[in-house]
Amino acid sequence: MLLVVYLPLLIPALAAVAARPLAARLEPRQGTWLLTMAAVALAGCSTVALALLAASAVAQIPMLADLGDYSQSVIHHKDPASAVTGTVAAVVLTMAAVAVAVAFRHRARALAESYRRAARLHEDGTVVVQRGAAVEAYALPGWPGRIVVSGRLLEALDEPGRAALLAHERAHLAGRHHLFTTVAHLAAAANPVLLPLARAVDYTVERWADEHAARVTGDRRLVAVTIGRVAMLATPGRLPAATLGIVRAGSRQVSLAWAGPVPRRVAALLGPPPRSRALLLAAAVLIVLLTGASAVEAAKDLHALLELAQAGH
Amino acid sequence: MHQEGPGHPSAEYPEPRRPAGSLEAEVLAVLRAAGTALTPGQVRERLNARQRGELAYSTVVTIMSRLHAKGLLARERAGRGFAYTPVDDASLAAGQMNRALDGADHDAVLTRFVSGLSGRDARLLRHLLDAGEDGG
Repeated sequence: MLLVVYLPLLIPALAAVAARPLAARLEPRQGTWLLTMAAVALAGCSTVALALLAASAVAQIPMLADLGDYSQSVIHHKDPASAVTGTVAAVVLTMAAVAVAVAFRHRARALAESYRRAARLHEDGTVVVQRGAAVEAYALPGWPGRIVVSGRLLEALDEPGRAALLAHERAHLAGRHHLFTTVAHLAAAANPVLLPLARAVDYTVERWADEHAARVTGDRRLVAVTIGRVAMLATPGRLPAATLGIVRAGSRQVSLAWAGPVPRRVAALLGPPPRSRALLLAAAVLIVLLTGASAVEAAKDLHALLELAQAGH
Repeated sequence: MHQEGPGHPSAEYPEPRRPAGSLEAEVLAVLRAAGTALTPGQVRERLNARQRGELAYSTVVTIMSRLHAKGLLARERAGRGFAYTPVDDASLAAGQMNRALDGADHDAVLTRFVSGLSGRDARLLRHLLDAGEDGG
């Protein structure tokens, strides 16, 4: 059981490293689905693996061996996973269960709050204009969903810019993107190693909405410029004029490796539309399936071991 | 202090069984559509014109007082009673929303159009957009 049970614990680490490069290369809709489903599958597999390790340690308790009528010495002899490992696995499993419960409750309440507020807003129309100094625009999931935009932002944008902004937010509501991000973050609660995947999903849903807005308005550069303009409005005083000159003179190729989501989104929109990468997608799916098979195999091994122990008693 | 209007017995017709929340919503809808302050009597007339059933005057008065207590309606003296107007609901709801969402985790549910921008990101952004302009 040793090798197959540890594979589902190692693959999530591999996935965590691959998350951001995948998010950058995959077409956003495919990327969102893949990353979300992979996060769920890997969280499930790692949880199963931990449970199996914990179970194999628990099975070595003499008292239980008597109760269950199986040979404790057979298990101890055959199963290389030590009792210490199993105990650690049990502790981690408990912590994961608590983390998922807490995260679930937190997000469920936030979602319920969102639905309540969305319902209580002005009954006509999806777009709600917000007074105040803040520069904000976001989609509020609900039934019906709402788009909240600060009046200041609407005034600062021209007509095409407003169209781009609203198309982006409408994509979030229509695509129910909050479901993807919620599920991915719940998976990350079960296995914190998967947090980069959840963050990658946060990014790909933005790209998904950006590409939708680009299709709707028919102008990729418009959406890119709108993002840039809103970003600048939202964070005033970030760029003194002198620095601007230095940046332009110096670099030719912009390194986006460690950049935040906003520059990456703008860069993606200034480039060609993303295309479907079936091979990459298939490879990723294969690895996830392999992990699942691994977990199943480990479970079968433990089951066989228990049967052997029962027969030997 | 509000008073009952002229002779509307409350048990004239059986009230349609609607949940209280939706009655409040209908009252608000009538007031918004009117664009002017309305007394409970006027609201009742318009509500009954819309619906198949009849609402009792006392029911309408209760609903409107409740909405006033919740801060959703403003009222002014009109004759022996009050006339009500809806509080500007866009700013009200947004204000409520801000307070509520400050408590909750924004990221839990909202996908902001633009997230926070570091100094480096701001420079990158300028570079990308200026370079794009030159090239495009």
